[in-house]
Amino acid sequence: MATETKSKSPKDVMKRTWERVHDSQAMNSIFRPGSVFRKGYTDSPRNRSYVIMNNVLYHLHPVKVKRHAVKVSYTLCLGGLSFFLFMVLTVTGVFLMFFYRPTAEQAWADIQSLETAVYFGSFVRNMHRWAAHLMVLSVFLHMARVFYHGAYKAPREFNWVIGIILLTLTLLLSFTGYLLPWDQLALWAVTVGTNMMGYSPVLRTNVQFVLLGGNVISGDTLLRWYVLHVFLLPFVIVIFMAIHFWRVRKDGGISGPL
Amino acid sequence: MAEIPEHLLKRAQQRRAELAGEDNAGEEASTPANADAGASDPVATEGASSPAPADSGASLEIPELTGIAATVPRHLIERSYTRRAVLEGKTVAAPSAGGGAPAATAAAAPAAPTMTGPGGNTQRLLTVVKSGSIQQTKAEAQDKVHTWPHLLSIEFGAMVIVTCGLFIFSAFVRAPLLGLADINQTPNPSKAPWYFLGLQELLTMFHPMVAGVTIPGVALVILALTPYYDKNLSNKPENRKYAFAMMTIFLIFWAVLVIIGSFFRGQGFNFVFPMKDGVFFEL
Repeated sequence: MATETKSKSPKDVMKRTWERVHDSQAMNSIFRPGSVFRKGYTDSPRNRSYVIMNNVLYHLHPVKVKRHAVKVSYTLCLGGLSFFLFMVLTVTGVFLMFFYRPTAEQAWADIQSLETAVYFGSFVRNMHRWAAHLMVLSVFLHMARVFYHGAYKAPREFNWVIGIILLTLTLLLSFTGYLLPWDQLALWAVTVGTNMMGYSPVLRTNVQFVLLGGNVISGDTLLRWYVLHVFLLPFVIVIFMAIHFWRVRKDGGISGPL
Repeated sequence: MAEIPEHLLKRAQQRRAELAGEDNAGEEASTPANADAGASDPVATEGASSPAPADSGASLEIPELTGIAATVPRHLIERSYTRRAVLEGKTVAAPSAGGGAPAATAAAAPAAPTMTGPGGNTQRLLTVVKSGSIQQTKAEAQDKVHTWPHLLSIEFGAMVIVTCGLFIFSAFVRAPLLGLADINQTPNPSKAPWYFLGLQELLTMFHPMVAGVTIPGVALVILALTPYYDKNLSNKPENRKYAFAMMTIFLIFWAVLVIIGSFFRGQGFNFVFPMKDGVFFEL
């Protein structure tokens, strides 16, 4: 190669540059074997395995799955989409956090200015809200799907229990987020929701007091629910999701076929 | 050297004693004595008690076997010697019929090494392993496909569709933002988020403790414990009619309550028709 006279045509220069980039140490250190960005990608069984094994995200999956498990009509992608919506909510939620202060004086005005004065502010807030409702729906439908396929049966009994915990956490995440805009809708929806908790047996209004940070909803409640919404509940749900996904693998992949 | 469990040593001793008792009474006395004395080195004992194996004689008589050779099943040894005798009989018989070259082989045969087995083979049968202990197929082979591209492409497609749907919906439908929260101004009606409207609907029928705590709490516990009281092992719909019926009733019950709470409840949480009286519902 070195002895060949190098052509100066733009096409050849482009090609040589492309090859040099692909052969570079930097490129080979960034992209692990199996990556489509790596030179020498082949659609071979070996490379298909590498794609999964060498990627931290894809590594959630086994290298091979049962053929029936990839049928959309079996899973309707509901579990995966719930997880995807959770990620969408995390990303859009971080964006919202930049413009929001959880105090009774500032919260509503911050949302107002986010809607009017921030690029894509309204759009991202809409996404966060609709994705949240969609996630409640998809988690619920996922539960129904799993039930109708009998997928909670041995050896997956406990993963079903974790799933119910995840459903509860999803509802709590949605409910705590509901208060944060601090408008009339938020205040009174949460009032109705938490009034019922005051009737808990034994603990009585103590439950309500702890949840609200007082006897009625106030700025203290807002701070409390904000911390729950952006830190504590996501932290807990991520742990349970990790166990949930891990156990799917350990119990031999998804259930079925029927 | 690693510790050998007591029960294994004991079993080895017993077995050795049995074998020694069959073939060589003299060995019986020495081997267990060694082990009993606490010599935790059965290999050494083994080495001492296993001299040259069963190649001592090529006579037609079956000789006494010692050591490892003694563990070869008796009937196999007998078969081997019978076969060898037959072959030797042939080679002996051959010269009388023909002579010449065959006679030379006959003459050479006795000089051959005594290691040969039946048919002149030089390998020995060490042990007979039953096939079941080697090959065990527990799981049936499953029809599998590679995750990439078969599953990942579907997941990617689903994500793209949901993302596009969410983008379009968010671009055109605004999330509600009512006026600033005011604890002194109760809107009419006040509604919980839609997924709790089923519970709020129950509030119109039961005491708050029943509607808000007992019913949802019991429902969640019953739901979570489903796998532990559903003893039906089948996942086929035709075998699960009862489970299907119960779950469907459960889901429809909540769906109906949520829909009534969302669209058929107006001012004062009174029953209204959305077509006639308008919708009192915010997401």
